[in-house]
Amino acid sequence: MEQKSIFSVISPIMAGPSSSHTAGAVRLGLMARNIYGKEVKKIKFILYNSFATTGFGHGTDKGLLAGILGYSVDDADIKNIFNIVKDVDYSFEYLQDISRHPNSVDFIINNEMTISGDSVGAGEIRINNINGFSANIDGSYDTLILSYKDKPGMISTVSSLIQKQKINIASLHCDRASKGGTATMYVALDIPIGDEVLEKVRQIKDVFYTANIRKLK
Amino acid sequence: MGIFSFAELISACKKQNKKIYEIAQEEEAILSEVDTEVVRLKTLENLTAMKDAIKNGLKSTEKSISNWCGDDCVKLSERYKKRHALFGNVFEKITTYALATAEENLRMGRIVACPTAGSCGIVPSVIIAVAEEEKINETEQINGLLTAGMIGLIVSNKVQLAGAVAGCQAECGVASAMTAGALTEMLGGGANEVIQASALALKNILGLTCDPVCGLVEVPCIKRNAFLAIHAVTASELALCGVESKIPIDEIVDTLKITGQLMSPLLKETSQGGLAKTKTGVELEKLLFNKCS
Repeated sequence: MEQKSIFSVISPIMAGPSSSHTAGAVRLGLMARNIYGKEVKKIKFILYNSFATTGFGHGTDKGLLAGILGYSVDDADIKNIFNIVKDVDYSFEYLQDISRHPNSVDFIINNEMTISGDSVGAGEIRINNINGFSANIDGSYDTLILSYKDKPGMISTVSSLIQKQKINIASLHCDRASKGGTATMYVALDIPIGDEVLEKVRQIKDVFYTANIRKLK
Repeated sequence: MGIFSFAELISACKKQNKKIYEIAQEEEAILSEVDTEVVRLKTLENLTAMKDAIKNGLKSTEKSISNWCGDDCVKLSERYKKRHALFGNVFEKITTYALATAEENLRMGRIVACPTAGSCGIVPSVIIAVAEEEKINETEQINGLLTAGMIGLIVSNKVQLAGAVAGCQAECGVASAMTAGALTEMLGGGANEVIQASALALKNILGLTCDPVCGLVEVPCIKRNAFLAIHAVTASELALCGVESKIPIDEIVDTLKITGQLMSPLLKETSQGGLAKTKTGVELEKLLFNKCS
């Protein structure tokens, strides 16, 4: 059994009213913001199931928007976010889909990236899909993400670059569209990699996308 | 390293001749690779946020998004100015602070989830009200909050603290057990009394369902914070008198988990049964949907 922190039961300090429907929504937004990594000008949120039916009363919509714009979970402005945000084109859609988690959301950012995630309880979250590739990011680790052409040796090439920096890999997750097709790798790290390592990863042949995602506070 | 049951906790306290909060801060320090003083500072940060939430809650009458709740705390303050509560000042403060925090939560104010947002008023109301009335200093309040954290943590190792998993047993119920332990520590109880207080509190909330109207953290959640805060005080007083639970706390936690599994999904945060499906609950739901669509 993994030992947990005492601050998993005391905290977070957050804007109410619900750890799953409000704080979880903000954290999903923050994580999507970290993954996207560029300025968000247009954003569409698709809320599923309980997020769709009870989100209004819990301020889930406000939390998602606040998160993707970088507000922290305890920001007093979250409740007034719709009055504060002027120059971002945002919209919401509400759906029921029993194949999805009860508290689930899709972020469609600037019409170029789709990120899906769930709020799994007590403010904890999980990003499970980025642009069609399965993911498993809970925000507790700094994570290197890369997209590349599926071929033998890619995992060892990447892991040896990280190992040279004496950084420990906490977990590694890969997914691919087809054999030899586009693949995605998620490497959770005990310490974030520096820009030099990221640059080296970027220069590996057949790597076409990299992101160095910081963990959530 | 690592303490996963109350039996292990009691045994560690005995062997090392330490109080629960000392074990708690040392375990946390090892886990987070920091000094115990850093753990205490982080605990203080949470305690301060709890006090701020009470302060803000006491002066506001702003309603929630649903417009159902938000003005009860003030009713208590007004009444107590005219006539004191039968059980005295501490009772007045605890019930008022519990509602102040829970109401601050529903209006999207800043609170501390403890263990959850829906149960955020229970631990702070008792620690802070009793500290004020009994002149208990900040160091001892931190000790109390660390004790509460250790209790909640051990329960959470066995059962996820979410209404959707085990009903309100796992939210307000566990908050009450955490509070009973914290209060017992603050009033000078030893490790055994602390654990007995938590056991008594937990034993008497078994079966508590989670059936909020329209899925919102409002009906019956807000007022339940005041009730379960007082419930914790009863447990603590009994334990400090030497009353012990015949069933050991680890077995009560197992029972809570099994009761949660036996509980119909209709009564676990789905709003498909219980109070949510009463005639009035359904009417309130309809009114809300008309309002937001």
